[in-house]
Amino acid sequence: MAEKILMKGNEAIAYGAINCGCDGYFGYPITPQSEVMETLMKEQPWETTGMVVLQAESETSSINMVYGGACCGKKVMTSSSSPGISLMCEGLSYIAGTELPCVVVNVMRGGPGLGTIQPSQGDYFQAVKGGGHGDYHPIVLAPASAQDMYDFVDLAFELAFKYRNPAMILGDGVIGQMMEKVEVRPSKPRRTEAEIRALCDSWATTGKLNRPSNTITSLALDPQVQENFNIKLQKKYAEIEANEVRYSTYRTEDAEHLIVAFGCMSRIGETVVDMAREHGIRLGLLRPITLYPFPKKEIDSLVPQLKSIISLELNAGQMVEDIRLVVNGRIPVNFYGRQGGMIPDPEEILEAFMKTIK
Amino acid sequence: MKEEIIIAGFGGQGVLSMGKILAYSGIMQDQEVAWMPSYGPEMRGGTCNVSVILSDKKISSPILSKFDTAIILNQQSLDKFESKVKPGGLLIYDPNGITHHPTRTDISIYRIAAADEAAKMGNAKAYNMIVLGAFLKVKPIVSMENVTAGLKKSLPPRHHNLIPMNEQAVKLGMEAVEKVR
Repeated sequence: MAEKILMKGNEAIAYGAINCGCDGYFGYPITPQSEVMETLMKEQPWETTGMVVLQAESETSSINMVYGGACCGKKVMTSSSSPGISLMCEGLSYIAGTELPCVVVNVMRGGPGLGTIQPSQGDYFQAVKGGGHGDYHPIVLAPASAQDMYDFVDLAFELAFKYRNPAMILGDGVIGQMMEKVEVRPSKPRRTEAEIRALCDSWATTGKLNRPSNTITSLALDPQVQENFNIKLQKKYAEIEANEVRYSTYRTEDAEHLIVAFGCMSRIGETVVDMAREHGIRLGLLRPITLYPFPKKEIDSLVPQLKSIISLELNAGQMVEDIRLVVNGRIPVNFYGRQGGMIPDPEEILEAFMKTIK
Repeated sequence: MKEEIIIAGFGGQGVLSMGKILAYSGIMQDQEVAWMPSYGPEMRGGTCNVSVILSDKKISSPILSKFDTAIILNQQSLDKFESKVKPGGLLIYDPNGITHHPTRTDISIYRIAAADEAAKMGNAKAYNMIVLGAFLKVKPIVSMENVTAGLKKSLPPRHHNLIPMNEQAVKLGMEAVEKVR
């Protein structure tokens, strides 16, 4: 049996990276995710797996280092928190525009601006709608435990390479700072140069031997060339939406009301479900694990049995808009959230929910 | 079994590490655990707290509004958390520096003069383990064996020579805890 270790979600990201064969991490410290790089620096994976760990001079630099590493077909990643992710959005757009794989971790804190260092989910729109300019989406995974933080690094790399698209792990201060039991799974070795060549030679700048040069650029001055590329990107997103939706449900079989919540709010939401059921109210919960692609069909298929949905978020109401698009006015879609780093406890949410169904 | 605990005091009293050792002790007896700290300015002095949940079942919400046990190490934390103990719950506090003592009558209240005991031991760093001992005397939710195993897991090997001193401090806390009501 794999060893179970008590660790913070942020530490789990670091161990997940080392153990899934990540080639390089480039980051800049920011609360509440600084333990990611702290743990990597402590573990010194460059001595064991050969993984590069580098503190850049800013988030703008770290995302561009990721861009460079990704061009070479390497498994590269960065992590930051909200203000740092905003700085990275230009790079993310270029990475999406050149169809490169990489992993970006955002351990969200309250904003806008420098905001607060306390937990938030205020970057939902930024993450799922793209963040940078142009029509693109990163694949967005929402961890709800330290174990998820560990497992999702590997999963994010798998998806990033499968679709040649940036993948984002969208955590929050609660999931980053909380310590839980993590099962450390057997590690994967880093890919050899030959393996990288076999996997990425059609597009990566792996060194031209007996093939035409690969050029990585997101510039197309001819609008027809650009539109053709945009259409190709959208086809890829359609494929991602068809194949990569992940979600979980809690007590939805007989539910008349539904909580939709991700990350730490899905954990709090489960407790609210149990409390509501003690009052005889048939409440269930759906947790989107992928925020992009969003579990549209899964929510849609529950609507006929439901009287209402409530979206729980640590923001002013962002994911609720995506739920409303799915529900399209058939039943009321309510919202409860706190902002600025405040976290509601289960009693507070139950009270808010009860008001919506009166 | 499910025990929801808040440990609160000044930064530097070992609040977070005490919670970590308790959580690790829970893992040693195959329980689910969650350790959720206050983070941020607290780390740089001022008051600091951590909630620890030990449970036989999967833990849903790590965010709590009421606690089974509050372990309180300064006045600010007493003022903040006394009202958050569930009726019938437990409050343990160190009277050192406390001017307004707890007043609730619907909970069990115990006192541990851990600062005094640590001074007698001549080891201020044993403070949090004395407090942990007091708690485990009142609520033996983890065994002494598992505390030792938890200590081994949470301390780096170079500090394993400190384990006997920590065990001694836990035992001292078990002896020194006093029931108030």
